[in-house]
Amino acid sequence: MIELQLLLLFMIVGAIIAVEARDLLSSVVAVGAVGLGLSLAFLVLKAPDLAITQLVVEILCLIILIRATINRDLPLIKDGRWHFNTISTLVFIVVFLGLAYLSLKDLPVFGQPLLRVAANYLSEGLSKTGAANLVSSVILDFRAYDTLGEATVLFTAVMGVLAVMRKTGRIKD
Amino acid sequence: MSIYFLCLVLFSIGIYCILRKRNLIKIIIGLAIIEYAVNLFFILVGYRMHGRAPILARDQEILNMVDPLVQALVLTAIVIGLATTALIVAIAIRIYEKYGTFDITKIKKLRG
Amino acid sequence: MPNKQINTKQTGMTLIVKTITRLTVGLILLYGIYIVLHGHLTPGGGFPGGVIVALSFIHLMLAFGKETALNRLNQMRASFFESLGAILFLGIALLGFLGGYFFVNFINKGEAFNLFSAGIIPLCNIAICFKVGAGLFLIFVALVVLSNQEEK
Repeated sequence: MIELQLLLLFMIVGAIIAVEARDLLSSVVAVGAVGLGLSLAFLVLKAPDLAITQLVVEILCLIILIRATINRDLPLIKDGRWHFNTISTLVFIVVFLGLAYLSLKDLPVFGQPLLRVAANYLSEGLSKTGAANLVSSVILDFRAYDTLGEATVLFTAVMGVLAVMRKTGRIKD
Repeated sequence: MSIYFLCLVLFSIGIYCILRKRNLIKIIIGLAIIEYAVNLFFILVGYRMHGRAPILARDQEILNMVDPLVQALVLTAIVIGLATTALIVAIAIRIYEKYGTFDITKIKKLRG
Repeated sequence: MPNKQINTKQTGMTLIVKTITRLTVGLILLYGIYIVLHGHLTPGGGFPGGVIVALSFIHLMLAFGKETALNRLNQMRASFFESLGAILFLGIALLGFLGGYFFVNFINKGEAFNLFSAGIIPLCNIAICFKVGAGLFLIFVALVVLSNQEEK
């Protein structure tokens, strides 16, 4: 899967640019590029629902981030103990990646999934629900409680944003 | 095997950004990178080599489809990630209006 | 010349953007509704369709300024649509008690690959589209419109 590895390398380079750029607008644009690369990766991995969803969600996320960062830059100041902090973080990340490499050997080989529960959905999805799109039948018929929970989370997030951004203040008398 | 490892390298770039940056918007960007890495990891686990998309077609018998359960879980996770990013950006805008800066080392005064 | 500059600063973006927006914003809304309604046959469903419908209204607001877009869909109506979507989704789930248990698929399944098939799945997709579309448009209005009043 050489194209998948090239896409992942592109996403890693984009993420490094997003983390290290001085200008806030440049790093927001780099995060947008990482999201679009992810949408292409979903398409290569044969998941068309996810590719459409990730593309439009990435566009909306870019609009929201640009609204927060416009005209609000910050000059970079190095605080004290910079060397100690950076080196300890890098040591932590190297230890994490080493342990992750040891535990990745227990996963099934890439390309041969276990499919214990999903074999059921694949074989009798059409006869039990009548939908041709099996992902829709899993979301809205076999696992409809998760969709109910997701609708609740979205509702709560909208209420949270409206509550945070209201005009507050005391009435001067 | 190497693809899983590249996905975890993307995850660790997000972790480094959250731990080391002082600008609040950079921390939000690190959170977005972590979300991308985790969603990609789920789909990588459920991929079948030379598989086909889990959508049936008329008069065709498709035997090797990729895992549809993982795609259903990640579909809701992407939309929930957008909602939480919007909430944390709203809080960041309010912090800027109250303190005048995005620097997290200067936002430590707890006022009643 | 100074009159033209004052005009474009008050009401959104330049003339080229406004002309293209007039042509495309209806098509974007139609594309979002298509993805929602065919969610059980082709890739898509309620979630990406709802986000595309919200994006069409946001496109209108970005190009023409907030008064034009809020005339078409103000805050009260968007809040009403979001609650309507949530109540429709819960109502369809509770009607499943007629068929046996909570959330059962009780409508006739029909034959496969038709537009009117698959039981409650198209109705649930429409309810999710209302909820997600109106909710995301409300988030955008809250971030852009409500905070500008504070800064002034």
